[in-house]
Amino acid sequence: MSQTATTRRDFLCVVAGCAAAATAAGCSDLTHTRWFRSRFIELSPDQKERILAELLEENRKKFPPDKQDQVVLSGKDALPGVEFGYALDISRCVGCRRCVYACVDENNQSRDPQIHWIRVLEMDKERGIDFAHANPYYDTDQVPREDHFYLPVACQQCRNAPCVKSCPVGATWHEEDGIVVVDYDWCIGCRCCMAACPYGARHFNWAEPNVPAEDLNPNLHYLGNRPRPKGVVEKCTFCIQRTRNGRYPACVEICPVGARKFGNLLDPNSEVRYVIEHKRVYVLKAELNTRPRFYYFYGV
Amino acid sequence: MRHTACLLVLVFFLLPACREGRHESSHFPGEVPYSFPEPDLSHIGPPEMEMFPCSDCHDPETADPERRQLEMAHEDIVLEHDEEHRWCLDCHDLENRDMLHLASGELIPFEKSYRLCGQCHGDKYRDWKAGVHGRRTGHWDDPEQQQYLLCANCHSPHSPAFKPIQPKPVPHAPEVTK
Ligand code: SF4
Repeated sequence: MSQTATTRRDFLCVVAGCAAAATAAGCSDLTHTRWFRSRFIELSPDQKERILAELLEENRKKFPPDKQDQVVLSGKDALPGVEFGYALDISRCVGCRRCVYACVDENNQSRDPQIHWIRVLEMDKERGIDFAHANPYYDTDQVPREDHFYLPVACQQCRNAPCVKSCPVGATWHEEDGIVVVDYDWCIGCRCCMAACPYGARHFNWAEPNVPAEDLNPNLHYLGNRPRPKGVVEKCTFCIQRTRNGRYPACVEICPVGARKFGNLLDPNSEVRYVIEHKRVYVLKAELNTRPRFYYFYGV
Repeated sequence: MRHTACLLVLVFFLLPACREGRHESSHFPGEVPYSFPEPDLSHIGPPEMEMFPCSDCHDPETADPERRQLEMAHEDIVLEHDEEHRWCLDCHDLENRDMLHLASGELIPFEKSYRLCGQCHGDKYRDWKAGVHGRRTGHWDDPEQQQYLLCANCHSPHSPAFKPIQPKPVPHAPEVTK
């Protein structure tokens, strides 16, 4: 399948190359440029390097002059022997939304129009987990509110992800470490994945994303928080730019009650493994067989 | 008969042997390992204490060990921590005011206050050592590069339940749901 795609691209490339002969752009160069290449996952290391360099220059310009030399654009692969997992203690979350905004800052989400990868749902203790009556727009001076509990939802990084299956162009896929990523340069904006995702975890850039230049995070990953164009879908990547360098995701570090736990599912000594082995864990909408890598638990 | 004997041998000798061969924390559900190493806490201290050392004011010679309403100093401390049964000297040491003491009488410095908390809250103590109770920051893959917090960094020892806080702004709702 990918073979065919490559061949068709090569053909297009020849056509484009001929058409653009006057511009003196050689065809072999074109195969490496952003517009005439394969999906990120199919690129050779050499091609990746050239594309990352090209994109880095492009992205630098979005930062204020004094920050431009801090910009890094990584394409780092999954670490060997790692499968990421997440655990969130619903008995502790107080619904303060610190995680929502830490995520926005870390991952360069559009401020207006507003995109939030994490949505904190307020639920009635009496009803238990009930999405039909959940409220993400609770407006109050103080949390937690009496008789309510809070359930933050972001991408569940499913092992059997409906979004990946629904994408008609293969612009979204599972990485070796379990992170479901989107190639923003390959996404055609059809939003099939948004319809397929049972967790509302995917978000569409209906307009040009808008992040003040001085607020942009310069630590970028191609498959993560690099500035997105209008017309593509985005979602939580477990902070790929941090976690592939050994760091905790931003939401884990900000949570004032320590409700968020993250680590390697393949490491028997990791915090997530401890949670799974000792606590009562729960996955959202288990009946859909999406098999999330995101677990909710009762820590008390 | 021989079969039963074989089975018994299998159950009593071979199975435990298999289990021992497994990694320390890879155990059967329900079995809880208590062998987590005490985290290295050399880089963090207890929360700032305005009036340390306590012995500047408290002299064991003149100390009044009677349970009473505090006046003169510390009126701001409202004990909301099993206050029916506890009072200052259950944790603070009368003879050495700059130390705390365990139920056994062992003196511990304020930096080790988590051992004191762990006497009653053993389940939290265990989870905390495993990195599951409380917040950790730094590196998920390297305990050397992780920052821990002590119990008292998040919970006031005198009133440990979390107080409500102000949430961050309400997300914009799409027009239709407004
Ligand atoms: S920061 Fe922690 S307590 Fe606050 S909403 Fe997020 S998960 Fe809940």
